Amino acid sequence: MARTVWDSSVGKKTVMAVSGMIMLLYLVVHVIGNLKIFFGAEEFNHYAHWLRVVGEPFMHYGWTLWLVRVALIVAVIAHGVSAYQLSRRDIKARPSKYVHRKPRASYATRTMRWGGIILALFIVWHLLDLTTGTVHSGGFQEGHPYQNVVDTFSTWYGNVIYIVAMLAVGLHVRHGFWSAAQTLGVGSRTRDRALKIFADVLALLLTAGFLAVPVGVMTGVVS
Amino acid sequence: MRLNLRVWRQKNADADGAMSTYEVDGISPDMSFLEMLDTLNEELILRGDDPVAFDHDCREGICGACSLVINGDAHGPERTTTCQLHMRSFRDGDTIDVEPWRAAAFPVVKDLVVDRSAFDRIIQAGGYVTAPTGAAPEAHATPVPKPDADFAFEHAECIGCGACVAACPNGAAMLFTSAKVNHLNVLPQGAPERETRVLDMVAQMDEEGFGGCTLAGECATACPKGIPLVSITGMNKEWLRATRKITKR
Repeated sequence: MARTVWDSSVGKKTVMAVSGMIMLLYLVVHVIGNLKIFFGAEEFNHYAHWLRVVGEPFMHYGWTLWLVRVALIVAVIAHGVSAYQLSRRDIKARPSKYVHRKPRASYATRTMRWGGIILALFIVWHLLDLTTGTVHSGGFQEGHPYQNVVDTFSTWYGNVIYIVAMLAVGLHVRHGFWSAAQTLGVGSRTRDRALKIFADVLALLLTAGFLAVPVGVMTGVVS
Repeated sequence: MRLNLRVWRQKNADADGAMSTYEVDGISPDMSFLEMLDTLNEELILRGDDPVAFDHDCREGICGACSLVINGDAHGPERTTTCQLHMRSFRDGDTIDVEPWRAAAFPVVKDLVVDRSAFDRIIQAGGYVTAPTGAAPEAHATPVPKPDADFAFEHAECIGCGACVAACPNGAAMLFTSAKVNHLNVLPQGAPERETRVLDMVAQMDEEGFGGCTLAGECATACPKGIPLVSITGMNKEWLRATRKITKR
């Protein structure tokens, strides 16, 4: 079955849809966690600590978090590899362009590939910035995410990178969520409107939720 | 009407092509687009030039032979086939770009003619029923619920012209293949091959070098028969169902 799925263009789309949904689910959890920053350093840092101790005493310190991380790494790789292979196929299938070109499809649809690349690069920077602290602007302190976040969004480039990436997330989710529904065969004529509205609202809420943090730091609400 | 045409000219499959400019005069707004091209060809022949090659057959919008991307739209600005497109859709003095379907799986044979036999091979892979049909059967012999019959008919309208492939930014044949799969898979006559049909047709579609679906929706906008985009969702559903069923056996 795995072979049948991976060898088919429809199957690879299924892999993209499922891995995309896993990442989307994570984003929803992530944005809810992020918003705790508005309730002060103590609550935010305590939440970050809880992420490492969740599941104890059954799970050892950090195990649950690592399980989530492994699932996400698998999802990112599966999503990226199938996107790359499908894109290669698509570009090969249309080797010569039309002389008379028209602006086509929605902006969100046309930016899926570049948006995806931007997001992949962002994830690398984001991890090096706030998880490992390798490229962090201030003095990175393990276990003090509140201060680390404030440091990042106190630099102009930190804000620019983050805001661009979050707009890309919004656009990607907007077309991606609805597309995944079609790929998984849950879309239908009667559900189409509802799915599109849900995708738009979800994309808007995610983008607004994520952007609230840098805006909060910039306006001094979070400091 | 007087028109400036920019037409794709290509001697054969291996030659490089280019847009050539022609001027045609005395075009009636009641002419079809193909009749306008006939007028151009008559002039070209009189001048001793090679006429523009283009596909056409029934000229009444039901055979799927005519093609042409007109000003960037498959079958031109109206939602119909090129043969049913009339010159009243254009204005006197317009410049009109005429190009062939563009897709790796549809190589140009000459000028505006492309080889669409990849579609035939997709049909050969599963676009049929194995039950002997013979003459039209007694209508009540096999009951078909009305919604199913309507659904099948909506998809049976596909004439296999290839406008979906031409319009798709990925050169995908998903709308065509889904129309055929949905048409036969919903009917009791198509039930024995329900799983193999969708799996084999999708596999053949991939084999022919068509792209994949990114849900841009261009195909459904271009389709002269109004096959809806959700048809592709239906095929994806059938494909997933068949994959689960076949591997369980």
